[in-house]
Amino acid sequence: MTLFALIDCNNFYASCERVFNPDLIGKPIIVLSNNDGCVIARSNEAKALGIPMGAPYYQHKTFMEKNNVKVFSSNYQFYGDMSQRIMRSLSMMIPSQDLEVYSIDEAFLRLDGFATQDLFNWALQVRNKILQWTGIPTSIGIAPTKTLSKIANQMAKKNTQDGVFDLRDSDLQEHIMSDLPIEELWGISHNWGKKLRSLGISTALQLRDTDPKFIQKNLSVVVERIIYELQGLSCLNLEKQSPKKSIMTSKSFGISLNELEPIEQALSTYGVRACEKLRQQKSKTKGIYVFLQTSPFRENQSQYRNSLTFVFDLPTSDTAVIIRTAKRLLKQIYKNGYHYNKCGIMLFDLVSEDYQQGHFFTIQDPLRDRLMATIDIINKSMGPETIFYAAQGVKHDWKMRRNKLSPRYTTNWEELVKVY
Amino acid sequence: MTRGGARLGAGRPKGQGKYKESTKPIRIPKSMIQEVLKYIETNGYHLPLYASVVQAGFPSPADDYIEGELDLNKHLIKHPTATFFVRSAGQSMIKSGIHHGDILVVDRSLEPIHGKIVIAAIDGQLTVKRLHKSSKGTYLMPENDEYEPIKIEENNEVVIWGVVTNVLHEV
Repeated sequence: MTLFALIDCNNFYASCERVFNPDLIGKPIIVLSNNDGCVIARSNEAKALGIPMGAPYYQHKTFMEKNNVKVFSSNYQFYGDMSQRIMRSLSMMIPSQDLEVYSIDEAFLRLDGFATQDLFNWALQVRNKILQWTGIPTSIGIAPTKTLSKIANQMAKKNTQDGVFDLRDSDLQEHIMSDLPIEELWGISHNWGKKLRSLGISTALQLRDTDPKFIQKNLSVVVERIIYELQGLSCLNLEKQSPKKSIMTSKSFGISLNELEPIEQALSTYGVRACEKLRQQKSKTKGIYVFLQTSPFRENQSQYRNSLTFVFDLPTSDTAVIIRTAKRLLKQIYKNGYHYNKCGIMLFDLVSEDYQQGHFFTIQDPLRDRLMATIDIINKSMGPETIFYAAQGVKHDWKMRRNKLSPRYTTNWEELVKVY
Repeated sequence: MTRGGARLGAGRPKGQGKYKESTKPIRIPKSMIQEVLKYIETNGYHLPLYASVVQAGFPSPADDYIEGELDLNKHLIKHPTATFFVRSAGQSMIKSGIHHGDILVVDRSLEPIHGKIVIAAIDGQLTVKRLHKSSKGTYLMPENDEYEPIKIEENNEVVIWGVVTNVLHEV
């Protein structure tokens, strides 16, 4: 029998804030998206107050102030570091080929070989170690398939004291699935949920007992697979991480922009970041895609959105080449007279940097690669943007709004937590 | 004018092909073709250090004694995923050599036993004190006569956050 566990951090962003600010324990916390736009994470206390996920901040601001809700901008440097600590701690407890980091706060474990009777206690130990080492509470669900382990995890979160739920028993599976609305299943989209309901399937149990072939014909092979998974037949294995096939950097501006120059600076900065990521995973890009848009939420303003792609003769990871190209594309799509709120850059069709196909008309200069590597090393050891491109500008009025940022406790010497 | 033979300056100039230098056909065993191609494509194998054998020259008498560089991270941090840095504020631990502004290395994976210097969360604030456990109870002891010991009662909201392993003090 296959055996999986899903370990998921409880209210991850809010829990991170609490590790270094114990005063927040037991108080409602929310974390906002980029530019302090919407609610993207809530502590249990904030959920209990009825603050919805995804709610625009400005709509709920007064309510939050009245209820003493602590509000934070997303501190991705900090959350990212805490996530790495958790995943690395896990990899000390289980062989790395049995671990799949699924998202910033979730990981699947494959446990086939484990002596089954000790599994519950082992999971408890894992949970306690992660809590002690990093301060982050987690929940662990154990089941024969990935889809069932998701359900087990939900149960561990809602209904247990110790944060571990074992869903190997088939009677127990049946009992829980009979109460589980179809929309809450992992992998069932909103649209599929509606379609399944129209077919008279409204619980996970009903789906499990539907003919898979009928579903494959009428819905999708993906939902067919979910049926098998619910029956306890594993169809989804751990997914191995491979280098990304494309890299996207885009952010909305802190203020709306209509002049070309600040947009060029923002785009150049995103380009620099994308190239850093590109070189970090040891790739080069063949294609570049640039887009520019006005805010779809400002309906009273005139709307414009455009994008353009370009394919290089030779794969490149040279920041100067990419910025130059990005700016050229931007000039072609930019139109005067609009209030823009977002631009972005995507590098696609990535190849390994070792893979060098010759080109008749273009010769690559190895010195450029060394220059890039040197800049990366300097910026890594002396701080981001120690060396930056003039194209990025120096004023940066357009930078993201993050007014409620907590200190970068774990990644910046100047922002360490104080102990008295 | 001579007839036949090579014409001067004809053909693609040397060094313009895939390898950026002039090339030469050679005979190699069929079984080795893949290996040789791989060798060329990767610009020569990158051998791990231990696989290389020194066959010539006199060995340095120090070779057997090379131990690698001293790594301060390894020395100070035994459990990287559980180790955090915090900054001390105030004078409550001055006698144990912890000054205002020092950086403390804190290992959360260590057990907080009697006598260890710990970081504790009291009423929502982080504090550094020495943990004192005895039959009379558990105390957080300052190391400065001007400060009072803190008794940990049943109803106190005290959590031991981590154990201090080192102090980084600038001199």
